[in-house]
Amino acid sequence: MAKLEQQLKGIMRWVDDRLPVTETYEKHMSKYYAPKNFNIWYIFGVLSFVVLVNQLLTGIWLTMSYTPTGEGAFKSIEYIMRDVEYGWLLRYMHSTGASAFFVVVYLHMFRGLMYGSYQKPRELIWVFGMLIYLALMAEGFFGYLLPWGNMSYWGAQVIVSLAGAIPVVGDSLAVWVRGDFNMSGITLNRFFALHVVAVPIVLLVLVVLHILALHEVGSNNPDGVDIKKHLDEDGKPLDGIPFHPYYTIGHDVPAIIMFLIIFSAVMFFFPDGGGYLLEHPNYEPADPLKTPNLIAPVWYYTPYYSMLRAATFPLFGMTAKFWGLVVMAGAIAILFVVPWLDKSPVKSMRYKGLPSKLFLTAFVICFFILGYLGTVHPTPMRTIVAQICTAIYFAFFLLMPWYTSVEKTKPVPDRVT
Amino acid sequence: MSDEGINEPRRNFLIGATSVIGLAGVVGVAIPFIGSWNPSAKALAAGAPIRVDISRMEPGDILGPIPAWRDKPVFIVKRTDEMLAGLNSKTSRLADPDSLEDQQPEYARNESRSIRPDVLVLIGICTHLGCSPKFKPEVAPQEFDPEWVGGFYCPCHGSKFDMSGRVYSGVPAPTNLEVPPYYYEDDSVLVIGEDKGVA
Repeated sequence: MAKLEQQLKGIMRWVDDRLPVTETYEKHMSKYYAPKNFNIWYIFGVLSFVVLVNQLLTGIWLTMSYTPTGEGAFKSIEYIMRDVEYGWLLRYMHSTGASAFFVVVYLHMFRGLMYGSYQKPRELIWVFGMLIYLALMAEGFFGYLLPWGNMSYWGAQVIVSLAGAIPVVGDSLAVWVRGDFNMSGITLNRFFALHVVAVPIVLLVLVVLHILALHEVGSNNPDGVDIKKHLDEDGKPLDGIPFHPYYTIGHDVPAIIMFLIIFSAVMFFFPDGGGYLLEHPNYEPADPLKTPNLIAPVWYYTPYYSMLRAATFPLFGMTAKFWGLVVMAGAIAILFVVPWLDKSPVKSMRYKGLPSKLFLTAFVICFFILGYLGTVHPTPMRTIVAQICTAIYFAFFLLMPWYTSVEKTKPVPDRVT
Repeated sequence: MSDEGINEPRRNFLIGATSVIGLAGVVGVAIPFIGSWNPSAKALAAGAPIRVDISRMEPGDILGPIPAWRDKPVFIVKRTDEMLAGLNSKTSRLADPDSLEDQQPEYARNESRSIRPDVLVLIGICTHLGCSPKFKPEVAPQEFDPEWVGGFYCPCHGSKFDMSGRVYSGVPAPTNLEVPPYYYEDDSVLVIGEDKGVA
């Protein structure tokens, strides 16, 4: 027995001399010290990784039965659902996974806003995270066209037409993106390539960068205090515990099991989520000559879609359509600069003042309202509500330098509580 | 290796020259990749002009969303005299009643936005975000407009257009519906997609 152990150690040493396997494992797992006061908000990073693996696996399997052509796409989805063994399960895992991805990513982003996880020295982690969010939205958008249902078709038509709002080059840009004068099988084929090859590669690279940047500076925590200020005689943080096994086994595995239970419940019993996860008009094949009565994107884009529609009047000589595009793009772009908008001396919402708390609350409420309004027909009243919520959405960010610098903060404890 | 004897200006020149040539190479290589996204010869061929026989259309009829040109639905409306007479009754509600925006060929920049006053040819795609507007010819109150005098209504985001495809003000669509290039081959055959540069 002892001899076998010796031999295994020998093999490991041989590998380590050529590739830093043990060193990497220790740096990122067994000797990566995470603050000991993580709470439930700290599981969504791991969960998004779980969903990412699910999307990659089921996605690869789906491409084995899917046909990316205008004539074959819709039929191949029916083929997957009816004739391929477990095809229905793989597809529902993938479609439910897409929504689950956005659920965990939104919660993960909210955690960052709440505990100031973007503040110095974690600005790059936040920026990489936002790039992941952007890549994820692109991934979802390209993927939604692939079933070639009528909502796939018209949803993509509306969003690609948005490019037409760009002055001068807009219309030729839209033709270039579609590869045709209108949405067609050509567009579908290239969106397929982007969805299954290009964007996933970008996404994986960004995820690696996000984690490397995190492990360079260490995780934040609900108190927003720096655990590296108090080290024991070995130079380990007094308030830190090794990521593996304490968080992996004690924290993440139970969370993953809970998550999978909820995920399975949705996937098996409500795979179309009442029309929110898989929209009903998408059970009809794409018809370029027939618009669905209500074009609504899937729920995870609806807040931005509401903001797009909230721009109803021309301004400074530019059309309302152009301003809609500006508002929508601006709403996402402004997320990137949050680390430089927050002037507060404290990180966590626990020690920030009342204005910060009120603004964050109003921001979240407005995000939900906008999300709802994006799923229903616009009426004059709803448009006004959407305009007010859009204003509050931007006020949360644009006024942040002001309210975070004038408000009275509470004293931050020296060590985690 | 020691840093002595390094010829800095020469090194900078080489780095600069290599970067410039390398960049030119990158731009050159990008051309086929970007160009490959343009409509292919097949897509261009499918976008060729179409010929439509309108001899059997009665006043008040609409042909559309078939035929389609470049996969875009085309609306051909044979307007009645009442429809034509009504075109000027409510111009104050229109955003661009004189068709100043370039949404039509020169020969359709007139009140009826057409070559022959009675035959209207439009691309049936809303100028807002590309939905297909519905033809609502009735002069009667509608739930989206109590003073409706007939025209096109887009159910997606509520844009309204009159019987010439002119957009109402205060709706999301920014411009009038597009008039494609077209000409009459003879009295009953309409060619949509080209105008021989004349008409």
